Amino acid sequence: MKNTAWQRELKHYLIGGLLSLILTVVAFAAVLGVDLSRAATLAIVAVAGVAQLIIQVRYFLHIDLSRQKREDLHLILFSLLLLTLMAGGTIWIMGDLAGRMY
Amino acid sequence: MSDPIFGRLEWSSFFVHEFIAAPSIDSAVAAGAGLAVVVGGIALLGVLLRYRLWGRLWRDWLTSADHKKIGIMYIVLALVMMARGVLEGVAMRTHQATALDGGILSAEHFAQLFSTHGTIMILFVAMPLLIGLINYVVPLQIGARDMVFPVMNQVSLGLTTAAAALIMVSLVVGHFETGGWSAYPPYTGADFNPGVGPDYWIWAIVLSGIGTTLTGINFAVTIYKSRAPGMHFMRMPMFTWTALCTAIMIVYAMPPLTAGSLMLALDRYLDFHFFTNDLGGNMMNYANIFWMFGHPEVYIVVLPAFGVFSEISATYAAKRLYGYASLVFATMAIAAVSFTVWLHHFFTMGQSASVNIAFGIATMIIAVPTGVKIYDWMATLYRGRIRLTAPMIYMLGFFILFVIGGLSGVIQANPTVDFQVHNTLFLVAHFHNVLIPGTLFGMLAGIQYWFPKAFGFRLDERLSRRAAWLWIIGFCFAFLPLYWLGLLGMPRRSASFSDPAFVPWMYVALAGALVLLSAFFTMLQMGWVSVRDRKRLAVPAGDPWDGRTLEWSVSSPPPEWNFAATPQVYSRDAFAVEKEAGHPYLPAQRYADIKMPNATSMGMAVCIAATLMGFGLVWHIWWLAIAGLLGMAASMIARGFVTQTEHTISAAELEQAHRDWLDDVANTRAVTRDEETSPGNRGLAAADVVP
Amino acid sequence: MTQDTPLHPGLNLGAPHGEAHTRSEPVIFGFWVFLMSDLILFGILFATYVAMRNGTAGGPGPLELFDLTSVAIQTGLLLLSSLTYGFASLLLKHGNGQRRGLMIWLIITAALGLAFLGFELTDFHSMAQDGGVPSRSGWLSAYYALVGLHGLHITLGLLWIGVMLVQIGVLGLNCRVKTRLLMLGLYWHFLDLVWIGIFSIVFLAGVA
Ligand code: HEM
Ligand SMILES: [Cu+2]
Repeated sequence: MKNTAWQRELKHYLIGGLLSLILTVVAFAAVLGVDLSRAATLAIVAVAGVAQLIIQVRYFLHIDLSRQKREDLHLILFSLLLLTLMAGGTIWIMGDLAGRMY
Repeated sequence: MSDPIFGRLEWSSFFVHEFIAAPSIDSAVAAGAGLAVVVGGIALLGVLLRYRLWGRLWRDWLTSADHKKIGIMYIVLALVMMARGVLEGVAMRTHQATALDGGILSAEHFAQLFSTHGTIMILFVAMPLLIGLINYVVPLQIGARDMVFPVMNQVSLGLTTAAAALIMVSLVVGHFETGGWSAYPPYTGADFNPGVGPDYWIWAIVLSGIGTTLTGINFAVTIYKSRAPGMHFMRMPMFTWTALCTAIMIVYAMPPLTAGSLMLALDRYLDFHFFTNDLGGNMMNYANIFWMFGHPEVYIVVLPAFGVFSEISATYAAKRLYGYASLVFATMAIAAVSFTVWLHHFFTMGQSASVNIAFGIATMIIAVPTGVKIYDWMATLYRGRIRLTAPMIYMLGFFILFVIGGLSGVIQANPTVDFQVHNTLFLVAHFHNVLIPGTLFGMLAGIQYWFPKAFGFRLDERLSRRAAWLWIIGFCFAFLPLYWLGLLGMPRRSASFSDPAFVPWMYVALAGALVLLSAFFTMLQMGWVSVRDRKRLAVPAGDPWDGRTLEWSVSSPPPEWNFAATPQVYSRDAFAVEKEAGHPYLPAQRYADIKMPNATSMGMAVCIAATLMGFGLVWHIWWLAIAGLLGMAASMIARGFVTQTEHTISAAELEQAHRDWLDDVANTRAVTRDEETSPGNRGLAAADVVP
Repeated sequence: MTQDTPLHPGLNLGAPHGEAHTRSEPVIFGFWVFLMSDLILFGILFATYVAMRNGTAGGPGPLELFDLTSVAIQTGLLLLSSLTYGFASLLLKHGNGQRRGLMIWLIITAALGLAFLGFELTDFHSMAQDGGVPSRSGWLSAYYALVGLHGLHITLGLLWIGVMLVQIGVLGLNCRVKTRLLMLGLYWHFLDLVWIGIFSIVFLAGVA
């Protein structure tokens, strides 16, 4: 019984690793391999990056929506909210300011 | 090139040098301040050696991991720094009263005064006061034996103390920064300010910032994970709620400060170009990053004060707190919204009106939950059995003055209005108007309220009330005129001015500052008299105010382990409910062995190493900086190998101590609320109040 | 199969580990809170980097300085090291207290981390040769601060792995050592997460 748990968890990591690898390759290929518009390339990189973040959180950090203790999840969601506010706010403010300098 | 051993330290860096070279009032004040630090330090050392207190201090306090001792040490640190902060305030008021076309101090010196005063008051007075109070009170309120990370708690104190020490040292060696507590580059950058001033600021900020972050983590985890069984979130005392929100805010608000000050350090030390004028630097981003910390910070310092006022309004009105749930949600709303308003500190920077409007509206919204709270407290007091004790006097002052301060803030939330008063004394009036009646009164009221718990005797009531009134009156005279001066157009941080119309108001403000100084001295006197009369004021039974929450259910001072047996909580206001039901002070059904953290010198090791590192960095004494860093790393790694970190206290010992105390309680005469401030109050409340 | 509910983020030791499992709860939760704080620190540097993206001040830019092959190798190394740390954690959880395998996986993880650092420093060096030093422009300052902070974290992680190896040797797999290994795991995976942000936002978006 113990062994099956071990195998299951090992598989978990391996799936995570494989998916991350694929997404990494996709992102690099979008920039290096194919000739797309800049916007399309950026979109692919962004989607692949976010997907990989979710994959690693799911498979390496073992966090998912169902079984997690609520406080951990609250904490992560709140962190993401503040990260968005601070980073997004900075980019908005500084970008707006730069736009008015020229 | 700096010297390999002494860096850029020279004889002329020491405080007396300038006075000897060029004696004047200005250099005499500076030399006097330096001398006070040196003499004070030597005197302290002398007393410790003379009365052989050193061993006890080390064993019982400096190496203790007990949250109660650490909390008290935080508050002592805050009071020491407050003495300096208040004196600086008075010095500035004195200077400005003479500053029509001149002034007794040099512009440079005046700039150091407002910079140190601001930095000290926010980061080394307000923060240690609230961290100390939370440290002391929260584990007792939630039925815990200590913080989850007692040693980290010590390390936090060590880092904060190291940072405070750096600021004190700046009086003796070199000088402090002159760009205000916010230290905006490029003025504080290497081009315009190559000296040591900004470096003192940077390393004091970084060290205390890291210490505070660790504290925030500690508080949050403790409140999440160490509550007594049965204490759901919605049964937590209001002070604990505000502590939780403050802790979470600390965790998220300190990183911008650390990042901003380290980026400034990179600019200064390694020729980076984050905030420089040239080569693609952008000094506006500094203001942006600083206030991402700075605005949440003002709510970090005020929320615990709200918590204190919630506790004392319920206790001294002998009623349940009105609108508990709305207070909880208002606290959470404030904590969240406070991260969305930082731009109101630089409305005038030049961004589009749309950006300003968004942040202006967010700022106005934050006033709503604050208003909700004020109404809740008023409703709590309504038809209560109110006793006008010292904490209630602070609350009275808070009610009226804080509302004025809050309203003057809402006015400035409108960007067009802000353009008129930005950078004037109007703003100085506003933030003192929320910081003093809000944070400071709250903390002083809290100290007054919980002091008997911590030390086993009450503070002298007559002097306490006098101090409270002096704070209120002094505040009105010192700061309300500044609103008017601001509207007349006087800029903040002005070393001198040329409009004679300012002068009369300046004298009023000076008079107010002197009243504030006398309030501070009255507090010292209050402390002295209370210690002298401690027998008469003793409240060993532990419940002098007919308190409602768990901390009042244990002896004063509480035992090292807080609770002989972990309490089981069935409701909000757990202790009040027990008293109403007529069965407080029961022996536990079962006592069990417990483990308590051992004393350790970890915190002191980090404190000393961090001070040396900071000093080395400021003066470019690289070997010292590296040695300090290695010292910190080594003590942390060594700590990892310590296996004996706890000692056991046996069930028998716990039971014995608890039963002894219960016997004492049984032999104590209970007092009614009318006798609350009489010597008859030994800390046992009679059931004379019908809730 | 009973699935015991996790007590904290990351891999849980599980009930068979008894005290080590329950005692981990508050400690790991606390470490997780710390990581969230650290996340904000990185977030600010990311935002600053984006805001300073055009601040090259006439100096070299991403197209001249970045070597995506090296970045791809670094990405692979770090991903692999995250995986090998996962194997170490699984041995910690299921390995019945045997230390050898665990230590070997830790050493492999450290070796991969070291290789990552090696490539990163080589990149820094060659960038500097092409005039890409932090004092050249605001953009380069932001670049070095962000990527350097991540590298510094990796360095500290390597130091931590070293200390843990000694602790496993000296103290054995006691309660505390197990908890610390779980924390180190969170830390190491977290650094890989940050790296995803770096290679996407700094490198790929930089040359796209
Ligand atoms: C106790 C009596 C106090 C007096 C007499 C006083 C006086 C002053 C004066 C004269 C200034 C300079 C105003 C200017 O820029 O023209 C100032 C600035 C400031 N004060 Fe106070 N203050 C007092 C208490 C406090 C307290 C309790 C706090 C905070 C908890 C505080 C926080 C500040 C801050 C943040 C600044 C701004 C410093 C800067 O410009 O960077 N003060 N104060
Ligand atoms: Cu603000």
